[in-house]
Amino acid sequence: MSASAVAAPPRATTSAPARPRRGAELMLLVVALAVGIGAYALVSIRVVDSLPADFWAQVTGFVAVAVVAHLVLRFRAPYADQVILPVTLGLNGIGLAMIYRLDLASQKGLKPHDLAGRQLEWTAIAVLAALAVVWFLRDHRALRRYTYIAMLVGLGLVMLPLIPHVGRTINGAHIWVAIGPLSLQPAELAKIAFAIFFAGYLVTHQETLAVAGPKVLGLQLPRLRDLGPILVVWAVSIVVLVAETDLGTSLLFFGLFVAMLYIATQRVSWVFIGLVLMGVGAGFAATAFPHVQVRFQIWLHAFDTDVFNGSPGSGQLVRGLYGLANGGLFGTGWGNGYPSLVSYAFSDFIYTSLGEELGLTGMLAILLLYLILVQRGLRTAIGVRDGFGKLLAAGLAFTMAWQLFVVVGGVTRLIPLTGLTMPFVAQGGSSLLANWLVVGLLLRISDSARRPSAAPERGSVAPGGIHVAPEQDAADPGAARATDEPTVVVTRPTPPPAPPGPSDARHTTDDPPDESARSTVKRPPAPGEEDPRA
Amino acid sequence: MNVPIRRLATVVLVMMLALMAATTYYQYFRAGELNTDGRNVRTIYREYGVFRGPIVVGGTSVAVSDPVDDPFKYLRSYSKGSLYAPVTGFYSVTFGRTQIEDSEDDVLNGSADELWMQRVKQSLTGQQQQGSSVELTIDPKAQAAAAKGLGDQRGAVVAIEPSTGKILALYSSPSFDPNLLAAHDTKKVNENYQKLLNASGSPLTNRAIAGDTYPPGSTFKLVTSAAALENGDYSPDTQIDAPNELPYPNSSKALQNYGGEVCSPTGKMSLEAALEMSCNTAFAQLGLDLGDDALVSQAKKFGFDTDLSVPMTVTQSHVPPTDDKAQTMRTAIGQGDVTATPMQIAMISATIANGGREMQPYLVQTVRDPDLKVVSEAEPQELRESVSTSTARQLTDMMIGVVQSGTGTPAQIPGVEVAGKTGTAENAAGQAPHAWFTGFAPADDPKVAVAVIVEHGGSATSEATGGTVAAPIAKAVIQAVLGG
Repeated sequence: MSASAVAAPPRATTSAPARPRRGAELMLLVVALAVGIGAYALVSIRVVDSLPADFWAQVTGFVAVAVVAHLVLRFRAPYADQVILPVTLGLNGIGLAMIYRLDLASQKGLKPHDLAGRQLEWTAIAVLAALAVVWFLRDHRALRRYTYIAMLVGLGLVMLPLIPHVGRTINGAHIWVAIGPLSLQPAELAKIAFAIFFAGYLVTHQETLAVAGPKVLGLQLPRLRDLGPILVVWAVSIVVLVAETDLGTSLLFFGLFVAMLYIATQRVSWVFIGLVLMGVGAGFAATAFPHVQVRFQIWLHAFDTDVFNGSPGSGQLVRGLYGLANGGLFGTGWGNGYPSLVSYAFSDFIYTSLGEELGLTGMLAILLLYLILVQRGLRTAIGVRDGFGKLLAAGLAFTMAWQLFVVVGGVTRLIPLTGLTMPFVAQGGSSLLANWLVVGLLLRISDSARRPSAAPERGSVAPGGIHVAPEQDAADPGAARATDEPTVVVTRPTPPPAPPGPSDARHTTDDPPDESARSTVKRPPAPGEEDPRA
Repeated sequence: MNVPIRRLATVVLVMMLALMAATTYYQYFRAGELNTDGRNVRTIYREYGVFRGPIVVGGTSVAVSDPVDDPFKYLRSYSKGSLYAPVTGFYSVTFGRTQIEDSEDDVLNGSADELWMQRVKQSLTGQQQQGSSVELTIDPKAQAAAAKGLGDQRGAVVAIEPSTGKILALYSSPSFDPNLLAAHDTKKVNENYQKLLNASGSPLTNRAIAGDTYPPGSTFKLVTSAAALENGDYSPDTQIDAPNELPYPNSSKALQNYGGEVCSPTGKMSLEAALEMSCNTAFAQLGLDLGDDALVSQAKKFGFDTDLSVPMTVTQSHVPPTDDKAQTMRTAIGQGDVTATPMQIAMISATIANGGREMQPYLVQTVRDPDLKVVSEAEPQELRESVSTSTARQLTDMMIGVVQSGTGTPAQIPGVEVAGKTGTAENAAGQAPHAWFTGFAPADDPKVAVAVIVEHGGSATSEATGGTVAAPIAKAVIQAVLGG
């Protein structure tokens, strides 16, 4: 212990996030599981007066998935954010309960469906896939090696549905592919590929994008050639998605693109340009494509009788709003509403289904859960030291928020309705898988962000050997401050250099050679440097 | 890069706040408007989804909501469907509500203002809204006697407790089974409804209070007599003109008595005797002597041309004023443009029985919340003084005479003094007249007042008179009430 340990109390509080906090996660997981399982039981008791036949088996399975997730984090990412997993699992559980509730309603009707079982299977698959990311991806910077591969994968995924025999048209949208018995929406997965591509590309070209370029009407534009690849990728995806009539996903990619460009360049001009482009694009689409025109009509004149009765008309949208109104402040309670009056109540309109039965109170709680989730993601982005990680984490976190905004804004008439799924809650395997993969990546990056010591240092080389551009460090105020204050040292009584077991081994086996070779700033473990609030 | 990320976090916050605001807008600020939107199927489901309180008659639930496994959650069922249909009405998803199901709807479904405490309690304990039970004033025996008496003849019976206005029986024949319309199978219900609409005798019509009103015929002579006695120049013994026929002014036709009979060989008779034998010419002359205004204003005092609800709305009975003396002659004997509901006629008897004070007729005795606590209890209410006490006593005596030695002898009950008045009302040309009887008993301490109409004389057809066809039914109803 050095003399600076005198300053221990105040520093100790600010560096608190650096503790693993898996215990806190466990507590939150119990709450999250209780919410999901409680909702499931309530729904069944309210609607059919008894628990589902295989209730305990399913509950055991669901709890097992959560326990496995918790254990994997303990071993492989002990410093990962402790809130992300419980919040996600809680949302997932609420979604499962609502889908099951709609299944029960449908079984009294003409077209019974059993979506909850499949959604539960997909949940298991998706969580395990996210855990596989945590387990096998030891350092998120490894992904940077695949910047251009990610671009190709993303484009490939987006174009997949257009390929004959592979692509499928379901409910008028050419956004599906069939792999064996499975139907997937590859665009959901493409957003992750594009986030990796944007992060890798932007972090490399950050300087040139931010500085050079002509000035037009007081706006500093970057040089076109620096932007070339991104613009191409974006344009291709938009065109393809418009061809597939998937407006929601094109809006999603657009938001991702603008947000990441803004973070990389810090230039508000990009946001303006983005908004102008979007406005022009939307205006063009509204005049050029009749189906887009109809969407605008539905949005602006939802309650007009003609629009309401039209086909396609605003009937579905307005019936969803009736559902929200029926829920009122406190909702009808699980199983007491009529959410199945709205078509696609379990996917596109699951928000209004939940709104009817859980009421405004429940919806504000759910929106707060999303807000917490996204803010934890953005906090991860602030905490992590490498530029690639920052961009990737911020991009992924923002995608969730943006996706939520597009879908919920659509059903609440804030913006025109486009088809997107509510992350973790809406029925759909592809969406569940993609969003859980996002969570896996965020958990992995948050582990790096909050790891107090022996973590890969800024300026080191990812296992693949791609160099982290030195200039990104200068652009990072957090990093700059850290180098200014090299005297900030270990302040906790028990420094945490020894996360138990495998995670420790990871650093001794993988990182040290790179680290010693490339570290530009060698200093004692300095948790204060990671403090995102610094 | 942290600065833009922080700004992005603010943008995310703003986005979420926008979503919260939009959700609040629809779930709170516009909820009321959307919940009442006609295109909102939930409005119907929500209404039908609450447990609806039962309708209780004599301690037995005659309309109950049974839980069922469909979107409407509850099915309304009627245990003695057709017997009580004229009172309960029906509760149908497709065709709405009628009678008590309609007029007491807010109480039955629990949304009435006076039930707010119950709603607060239900929302605190997480229960669903529950409706209250409605207990009716109907006497099951009287109702059954009315239905049995009418049998398959078309007509209606109304019985009232004179001192309070409690409706003891209210029946319209033919009746129908409300279960046919309460079912949730829309197609089936549609078929049933069409069948009932086209059925002979239009069973959906409530003849007792809201059918096509009837000419009251000779029962209206009670009003004419009341006008005379109230006038002060007449008593039951006053000798009035009773010619064999009375010519209509400016016409070659003349008014005759029933069957062309002679009322009095002298051409004069007492008012009491004229009522006993229901002498048309005597009352027509009396009407002319009293003047149209006196008849119209006395009729109004009994409730003609006045709104009434019991709580179902009762069709107004009419005595239109006229300058035409021929019409005044017809008015005085309850023909021509005079129309009345059986409820109105029953109210005339009840008022005379109650010493001239007309009570508000009512069907709902007690409203109880789901915990069986009394929410409201009906209080008898005086509507108006229709005639003075002495006039009422004189009219009672005259009506006793009708049953003892006049046209109403079939209404006699051993050991009970019955007061009454028959009516044989001519209506459409070529059709048998309607048979009426109204009265009350016991005459010295009235417990029940009745009005019975049998359309077109019922099974007796053209041979029918109020005395032969309607009086026995009234007698049965009176006996049912007094016997119990």
